[in-house]
Amino acid sequence: MTDTQLPPDAPIAVKDPSRLSLALQSDFIYTFKRSPVAMISFAVVTIMVLAAIFAPLVAPYNPFDPASLNLMNGFSRPMTPNAFTGDTFWLGTDDQGRDVFSTILYGMRISLFVGAAAVLFAMILGITLGMLAGYVGGWTETIIMRVADVQLTFPAILVAMLIFGIAKGITPVEYRDQMAIWVLIIAIGLSDWVQFARVVRGATLVEKNKEYVQAARLIGRTSPAIMLRHILPNVLGPVLVIATISLALAIIAEATLSFLGVGAPPTQPSLGTLIRIGQGFLFSGEWWILLFPAATLLALALSVNLLGDWLRDALNPRLR
Amino acid sequence: MTMTQPILSIRDLTVEIPTRHGILRPVDGISYDIGRGEVLGIVGESGAGKSMAGNAVIGLLSPPARIAKGEIHVGGTRIDHLKGDAMRRLRGKQIGMVFQDPLTSLNPLLRIGDQLTETILAHLDVSRSEAEKRAVAALDEVGIPGARERINSYPHEFSGGMRQRVVIALALCAEPSLIIADEPTTALDVSVQAQIIALLKALCRDRGTAVMLITHDMGVIAEAADRVAVMYAGKLAELGPVRDVLTRPRHPYTDGLMGSTPLASRGKARLHQIPGAMPRLDALPSGCAFHPRCPYAQDKCSADPGPTLADGNGAACWFPLPHDAKVA
Amino acid sequence: MLAFVIQRVAQSALVLLVVGLVAFSMFRFVGDPIDNMLGQERTQADIDRLRTQLGLDQPFPVQYVKFLGNAVQGNFGISYRQGRPVSDILMERAPATLELAAVSGFLAIFIGIGLGVFTAIRREGFAANAIMSLSLIGVSLPTFLIGILLIYLFSVELGWLPSFGRGDTVRVGGWSTGFLTASGLKALILPSITLGLYQMTLIMRLVRSEMLEVLRQDYIRFARARGLRERAVNFRHALKNTLVPVITVTGLQLGSIIAFAIITETVFQWPGVGLLFINAIQFVDIPVMAAYLMLISVMFVGINLIVDLLYFSIDPRLRADRTKAH
Repeated sequence: MTDTQLPPDAPIAVKDPSRLSLALQSDFIYTFKRSPVAMISFAVVTIMVLAAIFAPLVAPYNPFDPASLNLMNGFSRPMTPNAFTGDTFWLGTDDQGRDVFSTILYGMRISLFVGAAAVLFAMILGITLGMLAGYVGGWTETIIMRVADVQLTFPAILVAMLIFGIAKGITPVEYRDQMAIWVLIIAIGLSDWVQFARVVRGATLVEKNKEYVQAARLIGRTSPAIMLRHILPNVLGPVLVIATISLALAIIAEATLSFLGVGAPPTQPSLGTLIRIGQGFLFSGEWWILLFPAATLLALALSVNLLGDWLRDALNPRLR
Repeated sequence: MTMTQPILSIRDLTVEIPTRHGILRPVDGISYDIGRGEVLGIVGESGAGKSMAGNAVIGLLSPPARIAKGEIHVGGTRIDHLKGDAMRRLRGKQIGMVFQDPLTSLNPLLRIGDQLTETILAHLDVSRSEAEKRAVAALDEVGIPGARERINSYPHEFSGGMRQRVVIALALCAEPSLIIADEPTTALDVSVQAQIIALLKALCRDRGTAVMLITHDMGVIAEAADRVAVMYAGKLAELGPVRDVLTRPRHPYTDGLMGSTPLASRGKARLHQIPGAMPRLDALPSGCAFHPRCPYAQDKCSADPGPTLADGNGAACWFPLPHDAKVA
Repeated sequence: MLAFVIQRVAQSALVLLVVGLVAFSMFRFVGDPIDNMLGQERTQADIDRLRTQLGLDQPFPVQYVKFLGNAVQGNFGISYRQGRPVSDILMERAPATLELAAVSGFLAIFIGIGLGVFTAIRREGFAANAIMSLSLIGVSLPTFLIGILLIYLFSVELGWLPSFGRGDTVRVGGWSTGFLTASGLKALILPSITLGLYQMTLIMRLVRSEMLEVLRQDYIRFARARGLRERAVNFRHALKNTLVPVITVTGLQLGSIIAFAIITETVFQWPGVGLLFINAIQFVDIPVMAAYLMLISVMFVGINLIVDLLYFSIDPRLRADRTKAH
């Protein structure tokens, strides 16, 4: 118990907003420091993101440079010198002698890029449409939300596959591999905007009728300015939570599509593509070609998920 | 009034909640008795520990809150240390409880007849058809017209007042000797409040049930209670017969409380307010918790905690108001 | 009640019309159907004949209506890749997917609800915490990885169960079933666990959080205060209220099972419609994609409709509100 004594007339019911936000923030940091799960997953995500960004510097080999490959190094076991060349690879090599550790770093790069870009796309689309629906109302709202409802009845992965399939049908054959990554981003992003739109619309409906928004309108602020300045900050918390959880889902979705052969092409392998390739070697005993990319994917998805879980609890005290 | 053995006897009851800021004591060393057929009103502002004390008695404190000290006796048996099934058998059978909001107290998916019979069957060794008969009787007793048909209705088919009657029937159907009524009228329309209080009082008088009536409504106390206990920041401030406490309060807090309540009995006296607010449990002042707000506070009040109440009546105050003092 | 049903059926029909429009647009505008159906050696006469045959010379709305009419009769055109009617291919493949989905759905619902209730009641217990932690891994573990891990463990290392295919099937009428042979049943085990695990985890986590929410309600406290047994409080009072919101999501999850079968079928080379769909995407076989989309939408919409009606029969408040409202 603290020794601080309340002055007799302290009006406890009246809250000072700045002090309130301070308290919230310190609580936020406090729960973070108290949660080993949150700290570890944050560390794992940070390390992985950095490793992916600086893959060309971190990776011991460039797996996409044919000059650096030696077929003699094919199927090297992890941590064991190759029988022919004597080279040692931490995580072994695949059939073409590519260093698995390096391919994982480059693969993670593509996985993270596609995941992050897809979530960003979904977020921008969802926030824009959600605000529009909430603020404008009428037919705009009805159409946007009906489309959202219909899309929500279909699993995101199916929607993404369909969009990917359609896009593939539209793109000329010679550009398909080149476009695949961007098609993936759009397909996953389009399959995931609904969550954002729903939350933002709900918050917009609430905020729109508050007095400060009415006041802003009275002093002649334009609608876009009001939405950006006044409504957006109020929905950032839930949007952040959804974005984190969506990131985990997007990474898994990308991996799944690539694994099924309808995602990242073999020339730009993501973690999913690597697993697809590795699966072929499972029966012949070269487990490392599959296992390490799979473990990386799991660690990445799990850490982001745990972080999202923690974030949701931390920002929403009612659920604690 | 409590010449024979009391139904409920609480001694030095202390409830603690460990938090990261230290241990809070929402109930701090309270003692009182309730006799057969007696209604003891417990009053105080929200957060004074009224409900927490009630939950402690019926063994429904939600963790991490726990009974840290003291004893609770019901019908002469000590119950505060009972756990699990032993405590469950007492709930409903020895101690009934009526909650604040009748809209949320009833399971929306079960017919009220089923909720009544399951309670009867849980405590009394009777056949299902006998239990159903008693369920109808219980509904009849609380004044639900057409009890035989209404027994098959779902809770949402009743009005708020009627639902609270159903809740009372449920609390009384296994004939407990003690009823804890936690703000039983707060959620009801003003027009229905008096009926519900009258019903509760009549039923308990007929059966000799002791009642712990928790409320912040002085009007309800004046109407229903025999004695009244005033709580402030987890402690008993004053305890005594309702007439004495309401008209000649001795604790300055009770005095302030009375001064801020419109009561017909006091005529047109001006309403006052107590300056400040009740302290939070994690920031209790030293000495008597009321002293920062007390108009009569002296040095001793900030140094020593107020005197503990003897078992009987009185005020936990170093400088109680004289008996003949006028209400402020 | 009747008004409610009619309203829901009308909504479902609207959704199907929209999906039909999407499917038709795919068929009409993604690539040139004529190009896809005729080989290199074609004459203008061939093209014209096919154009008339497909009705491509008619206005768009007419084509759409015809497309819908054909779809209702189960006619989705000819697969670009296999050159056979899409409906024949689908009928051949459907039993494999439906059997797999049924077993997975069964596992997901019963184990999921059971574990959800358990972890909610024993919230502080070691077992419950362990299950919750495992479930988070389950949510983060992509379905295809689960499948691969199971194959590695039970097929490659232990050699107990087959790693691909349906095993021996028996034809019962027009339906080929794997339920009646030992090898068919063995072949079902790994794929159905793979497919059901993710949904099971979701259902479990949902049941747990809903149940915890319900356990906080006043009527649960009141049930306790009346001295009801823990068992009665948990199952009679809490579980029933938990199931109301759970049913909606579970229904959607069952729909997802059929969609997620695509992944499981690829991992296990299971000869169902999902594998067919993935191959169709790879080869841009639009009629198959369109037909699959329509087929799966009908299932989803059907499941949603059933869920709504179920909802209705469980919650007396809905029944009353509706009858009053209409």
